[in-house]
Amino acid sequence: MSAVAEAVTRAASPTEVLIHSIAGLLAGSRHVAVGAASPIPGAAALYTRAVSAGATRVSVLGSRRHNAFTNGGVELFDLAAQGRIDAFFLGGGQIDGAANINLVGVGSYPQMEVRWPGSFGSAYLYYLVPRVILFREEHSRRVFVPKVDFISAPGPRDDGIYRPGGPHAMITSLCLFGFDRARKRFVLRSVHPGHTVEEVRDHTGFDFDAPAQVPATPVPEAAALALIRGQVRDEIGETYPKFAAELAAG
Amino acid sequence: MSAVGIAELAAMVPDGAKLVIAKDESGVAMAAALALIRRGVKNLHLVTVPVSGLETDMLIGAGCVATLETSAITLGEFGLGPCFSRAVKNGSIKLKDSTCPAIYAGLQAAQKGLPFMPLRGILETDVLAHRPDWKVIDNPFAAGDRIVVLPAIVPDAALFHVPLADRHGNVFIGRQRELMLLAHAARTTIVTAERISEENLLEDEARSGSVIPALYVNAVAHAPRGAWPLGFGDAYPADAAWMNRYITEARTQAGFERMLEAALRGPGARLAA
Repeated sequence: MSAVAEAVTRAASPTEVLIHSIAGLLAGSRHVAVGAASPIPGAAALYTRAVSAGATRVSVLGSRRHNAFTNGGVELFDLAAQGRIDAFFLGGGQIDGAANINLVGVGSYPQMEVRWPGSFGSAYLYYLVPRVILFREEHSRRVFVPKVDFISAPGPRDDGIYRPGGPHAMITSLCLFGFDRARKRFVLRSVHPGHTVEEVRDHTGFDFDAPAQVPATPVPEAAALALIRGQVRDEIGETYPKFAAELAAG
Repeated sequence: MSAVGIAELAAMVPDGAKLVIAKDESGVAMAAALALIRRGVKNLHLVTVPVSGLETDMLIGAGCVATLETSAITLGEFGLGPCFSRAVKNGSIKLKDSTCPAIYAGLQAAQKGLPFMPLRGILETDVLAHRPDWKVIDNPFAAGDRIVVLPAIVPDAALFHVPLADRHGNVFIGRQRELMLLAHAARTTIVTAERISEENLLEDEARSGSVIPALYVNAVAHAPRGAWPLGFGDAYPADAAWMNRYITEARTQAGFERMLEAALRGPGARLAA
């Protein structure tokens, strides 16, 4: 059996489903940037580049080989303000139904009960990058809350502020949401294999819209799996060796 | 400019100084930060460019910091900053939560000798709501376009670690170009270097674009393994065993003080003595 055939005899893991789904959201991007501590988004971006025939550029922060920035950390922010970054990823300790995100903590500021690292570049990039993909694996009511305790970056509003950017989708360990900018609500797009719409509702602290029939998130097929387990794993392993090893183990 | 010892370097940061420090990937002068703790510096206004980890956590734990201006404090894969979390809960430091590009913009204003810098985004955030020193103006060239303006961040001192410096005070930063911004913005720039070259770094045209000239550099100390316990580029990785112990021990102030004692006896100790 060839290495490729052997590589795809194993069924897609939940992580591989996430990588494949995120890559679908990135298709057609000219330039995808990936922030710190983001192995799954990084793998998805590198997958997108691999299938783009040279059309997609990727900048993985923390990488030497897959990051061509030579003007320090400010370069990402300058590019974003010029409209030269098409897609970026943000997480959130809390995210609410209006797509406000909180990276600062739980409780009332400043003496918060739980303090997270801080807002990083979110207060800026959320406004400026057209396809911000919210990525948070933990799908629970402590993450997806009715209202965030601190707004690091606000969801879209009708406030006349210069805002070419904003949420494009949100992906979790359970499902994929889109965001309806007119209604300012998340819309369930698909539920990952092995999970249900009821489960998503039970673990989400805000209301969202859903079609009558919610499709299952597509699972990567043989060629996609071979790419993830081959080239993508090798490339992401430069920045995230532990993650690449886990990907190989399945 | 001449090469000095780390203790002399630490003496160049007065109590109450506004000190800017680099993020982990750029080059953290941990040996010098430990020397600052050893000398008992007080009431620092610490500005992280734009994020920080162990260096800030230890300066907070040692009681050196009055005000912290940062976009994020994290020890990365090792976890959250235990002393930072404790200080937030106790209210023992004044927090100026920021966002990465705002810190760069404030330093760029200082670099240009400007009073402020406009920046996109940030509006309608709680970051802005808690920064009375930030203002919102109308774009003077387009009515109705609200835009945030940030005051210049003029550091009294910048401190960071580099791979190579020469006897003239020129320092090589490779592609860590934001260190140039720190040096251009700060009134005093103090640097630790892994190696000291006997050549003049500005004479090599292939390399000179990645050199901060001595014009901006007030002092350099030779500090091999000067980023320990943090890693430094390709030269050495973070001391994972030490970092893991720190994350656990520093959850209590007593545990932090034990780790600080151990760090003060670490590779930097003989340099700082």
